[in-house]
Amino acid sequence: MRIIHFYRRQLLNGIVLLALGSALFSGSLLAEEVLKIGVLGVMSGPAASWGLVNKYCAQTSAQLYNEQGGFEIGGKKYKIDIVAIDDRNDPKLAVSGCERLTKQEGIHYIIGPNVDTTATSVQPVAEASGAIYFPYAFQKSLYSPPHGNAVLGMIASYQAGPIIYKYLMDKRGVKSVSFIARNESDPLDQRDQGVQAAKKLGLEIKSSNDTYEPGTTDFFPVMSRVVSNGADLIVLSGVAPADAPLLIKSARELGFKGILSTETAQDIKILNEVAGPAAEGFISVGGASTPEIRSPEMENFVERYRKIAGEWNDEAGTKVYALEMILQTLRKAGPEAINNVELFKKAMDNFSMKNPFLKEDKPLKYVGTAYFSQARQIGVPMVVNEVKGGKFQTLFVGGVE
Amino acid sequence: MLLNGVVLAVNYALIALGITLIFSIMNILNFAHGQMFMIGGFVVYYLYGLFGVNYFASLVAVVAVLGVIGWCFEKFFFQRMRKMATREENSMLLAVGTALLLENLALSFFGEKQRGVPPVVSGVFKIGDAFLPAGRLLVMVLALVLIVGLLLFVQYTKLGRALRALAQDREVTYLMGVNVDRIAALGFALGAALAGLAGGLLMTVFGINSGVGTVYSIKAFIMIMIGGAGIVPGAILGAVVLGFAEAIGYALLPGSITYLLIFVGLIVFLLFRPQGLMGKPWG
Repeated sequence: MRIIHFYRRQLLNGIVLLALGSALFSGSLLAEEVLKIGVLGVMSGPAASWGLVNKYCAQTSAQLYNEQGGFEIGGKKYKIDIVAIDDRNDPKLAVSGCERLTKQEGIHYIIGPNVDTTATSVQPVAEASGAIYFPYAFQKSLYSPPHGNAVLGMIASYQAGPIIYKYLMDKRGVKSVSFIARNESDPLDQRDQGVQAAKKLGLEIKSSNDTYEPGTTDFFPVMSRVVSNGADLIVLSGVAPADAPLLIKSARELGFKGILSTETAQDIKILNEVAGPAAEGFISVGGASTPEIRSPEMENFVERYRKIAGEWNDEAGTKVYALEMILQTLRKAGPEAINNVELFKKAMDNFSMKNPFLKEDKPLKYVGTAYFSQARQIGVPMVVNEVKGGKFQTLFVGGVE
Repeated sequence: MLLNGVVLAVNYALIALGITLIFSIMNILNFAHGQMFMIGGFVVYYLYGLFGVNYFASLVAVVAVLGVIGWCFEKFFFQRMRKMATREENSMLLAVGTALLLENLALSFFGEKQRGVPPVVSGVFKIGDAFLPAGRLLVMVLALVLIVGLLLFVQYTKLGRALRALAQDREVTYLMGVNVDRIAALGFALGAALAGLAGGLLMTVFGINSGVGTVYSIKAFIMIMIGGAGIVPGAILGAVVLGFAEAIGYALLPGSITYLLIFVGLIVFLLFRPQGLMGKPWG
């Protein structure tokens, strides 16, 4: 009996300790505020790198902030929790993904999606659920009134194109241009915008009807047509990082001696591996953070990004901005804005801070009024690169107001 | 244009042969064929591109790796499924599952980026007005050698005869004393190795990424639909038709009309000849 009594007492003590422990533990959990941020984009298939770079950037920034105890908003520190969903570049999956993020997870701030079709499809869901989203799609109606919940996360092709063409006309004597685009709405739209801009600048359009199917790997046949037009410049409209080196290689193998350019961000490692020396002289809009302009904070980010993603991706230099802008605007708008995006929108109007990713003292704010009639674009620097000696060399750095 | 057609046809033939071999032996449409192609490309990327192993030795490794994957798929998945399930669509669904499995594993292990390797040979030949890069010529020659080798193997070796017998009648083959399970696993391994070899060869020209498999699977399906499912000469014929249709279409037609016409043509063709050019109406 004594033995039984002893065991019973021990058991009771154990239960009391366990209850105390779990109460303390749950108390500490309750004290920790969590801010959930959604990432919605293409993370599988040929365009996987676009969405994965968004995810890795958000995870990297979140990890860096969480190590410091979280991000402070209104005097309280919030742990950043990234919830990522792969939409496989499919509008149906993008809609269901957006519904899951907003309705099940209660998220009000989403990074992505990556293309026009998915971004336009999530627009009604995001607006109805009171969510702000940061697409990497260029359709102007997403960012123009009466819509106000989308914020463009990068420089659009119709902003970069005219600047690049003008530069090439003035500095390289380019007089004629051919366009080639993937047969999908985004690249086709970018091609049309590019053709309009080239015409305005007085460039002769040699051809603009050549397209290729998503998933094409052999560009020799289609490039034969483009090269035969004899333009000084071939623009690869909206080209994905996986396709660009193959198009460049085919053009050079077909004897093209002119200039090749694109208004989308590319990856130097992929260009070197797949196109090799053929990539020399290729001009593209770079990630917004080249080694020459990086701040120590950005260097720290790059180092951590490498640990998370395995290797650096130039595109991440642009995509690092989205989460930072969300967090800093929330800090300005106050903690109520976490669940009320109208407060966030109000704070966007006069938002300005020192760009933390640049060495130089330059302001970071929301821009795009000239294009969308309201500031619905992150003011990332526009870096135009040229491949030289197997490396991206900055041709010039500009911006959008 | 015609040169492009020849190069494309030979490359496609190698892809179509693997899928038709598996289909003829096991009546399974291997949805993971494109993913096996992709893994072959990645084996070459790591061995030849990163670790500096001789290119041809890397191709041997491709055969070994994909052969083992194919053998395991048949032994542990499809063989078990055939014995347990009576409905044919079960194996089809399993094949779709394996395709998704391989693609997602590849995305996790190899990452999302396009990968490429230094050219095995460099230079460009000019034949009349046409350009033929040396890399493409090498791939074409190697693919031709492999196709001829495979046809000779299937036609004249004991194992090849067993494979053909299995394709014709599984029960009679069993009654003839052939170890049907072993030969089926060998057939699957051979089909997978062919897909991997195609990936290993084309990797040097086009590079590779984790998501490329589905596109090649679709092209392989088109080719065997044209030529006739499960018929080796039909697969080659389908590759020739698709290769030339692509090359001529891209050279002469604007925009994306090429693949639109290929699909419309395929639908019309299947309405009149659902068994393909060389297939028999009774299967």
